[in-house]
Amino acid sequence: MRDAILRTEKLSKRFGGLTAVDTVSIDLYMGEVHAVIGPNGAGKSTLTNLLSGDLPPSSGAVLFEGKDIAGLRSDRISRLGIGRSYQKTNIFLPFTVFENCRLAAQSRTPHAWRVFNGAPGFSDINRLAEEAMATAGLTPRRDMVAAALSHGEQRQLEIAMCLATRPRVLLLDEPLAGMGPQESQDMVELIQRLAADHAIMLIEHDMDAVFAVAHKLTVMVNGEVLESGTPEEVRASPAVQTAYLGGEDLLDD
Amino acid sequence: MRPHRSADLFILLMFGLLALFPFAESTFYTQLLTKIMIMAIFAMSLDLLVGYTGLVSFGHAAYFGLAGYALVLMSPQYESVSLWWSLPAAMSVCALFALITGMLVLRTRGIYFIMVTLAFAQMVFFVFHDTKFGGGSDGIFIYAKPTLVIGGFELLNLEKLNHLFYLVLIFMAAVYFLLRRVLASTFGRALLGIKENEHRMSALGFPTFRYKLASYVLSGALGGLAGYLAAIQYGFVNPEILSWHHSGTVLMMVIMGGMGTLYGPMVGAFAFVLLQELLSDQSLLGQVAKHWQLAMGIFVILVALYLPRGLAGLLSRKAKAEAAADA
Repeated sequence: MRDAILRTEKLSKRFGGLTAVDTVSIDLYMGEVHAVIGPNGAGKSTLTNLLSGDLPPSSGAVLFEGKDIAGLRSDRISRLGIGRSYQKTNIFLPFTVFENCRLAAQSRTPHAWRVFNGAPGFSDINRLAEEAMATAGLTPRRDMVAAALSHGEQRQLEIAMCLATRPRVLLLDEPLAGMGPQESQDMVELIQRLAADHAIMLIEHDMDAVFAVAHKLTVMVNGEVLESGTPEEVRASPAVQTAYLGGEDLLDD
Repeated sequence: MRPHRSADLFILLMFGLLALFPFAESTFYTQLLTKIMIMAIFAMSLDLLVGYTGLVSFGHAAYFGLAGYALVLMSPQYESVSLWWSLPAAMSVCALFALITGMLVLRTRGIYFIMVTLAFAQMVFFVFHDTKFGGGSDGIFIYAKPTLVIGGFELLNLEKLNHLFYLVLIFMAAVYFLLRRVLASTFGRALLGIKENEHRMSALGFPTFRYKLASYVLSGALGGLAGYLAAIQYGFVNPEILSWHHSGTVLMMVIMGGMGTLYGPMVGAFAFVLLQELLSDQSLLGQVAKHWQLAMGIFVILVALYLPRGLAGLLSRKAKAEAAADA
């Protein structure tokens, strides 16, 4: 069997007396979308923060290509090739769409410390930024200020910035939050396209979207993994059925 | 985020007009303008931190003072020291101080950053105030100004007011265009990103601490340039130039002039010093002039209330519109 590009082993995060993430083990593979679902407060976002370096784990390991990266700072983890998007849109509001992407792409180049060369002059950075914008479907909005975008477009920009850093692992924290039906549909298609050459961890409440894109599913409750497997296995799991009151919520949400 | 073209023209025009000023042969005003231009350099160096990196330093006087003292302590008594090595040396002292203190202060944020920068500046103040090697609270004189000699030819004689004026003007223009260049670079864009949203910059893979430290060191070194020039102009240094009043004054110039614009803080330096001269002029305002700080306070409040972008925002609405279109 292939090796997981990113895996956690008994990863835990405690805040005082509260264990937000409790001995979670999860594997991400290239070409796969691994969705993490569960009720609010289940520890999904905390798990994302542990993987991205926004929070240091209390115990356990995070293995990226076999090397333990637990506790590294977020910028190091990003440069390793693990990109993330945020649940609450986290972009540079006064900058244009292109400038947001260009800044993201810039973090990948050895030119980043050039003090005297004008920023717009680096064709490789610009190309990365243009590609990321095109992939996320934002090219028509290229020169708009991010603050002026619709909510859905800001979510797309969030992803585009992530893509401009050329990650191999994508950690997407509720990319569909607050999106209209058409925007959701576009985002689902985007995630499906990205799955081909990325390993994706998707945190999402929209169950239709989750079942449309996920190859694997992990259900978290109270910081622990309740069930993990293919969507069919999870759907059939008695534990999940019970947790979600007969499966109604899980399937129809 | 492209440079503002109309602002650039305006700046060049101003630099040109300033270059003509010494022909007016007014000793008083030549000295006053020299002082203002030095403060403009000082304010621009602080704008790099406040306006472009999002770091509100309340201890910038430390660099001004350190460089001034460095020049004095490097000058042999009654003899001149060469500008060619004393200026880089004075700026290096500041850069080193910024590097060391920056490692600590940049770990703090917001109000704590303000407090810690202030604390370091106060430490420097008391080192010079309470020890004898810098002349204590009385300060210390420079008897001979630095020389600028190339291959036996004296480029400028800094004993002459006009020569010093031109040296300061050249440095002010150089600092403006240097910072403009740096801020338009990838490095400068990263600083703006950090100012806007440091958390996101980290998540994108930027080692933000190192960027902030680089900005802090450059700002300290350029602040030192201003202090070095001031020490030449006044011919002496005392702990006043290290005081927190001085840090506050330059911060006010930056904010009043319009932070994050570079030309704004220059305008702020001119407005602040000229206004101070005007309001404290007893022949003009009589007894009221004694209370010039009250009037100055009212002016600062008015600017803060009605010109949130500072005087620069007032001067060039056109530049702002261009900036918005280009951004």
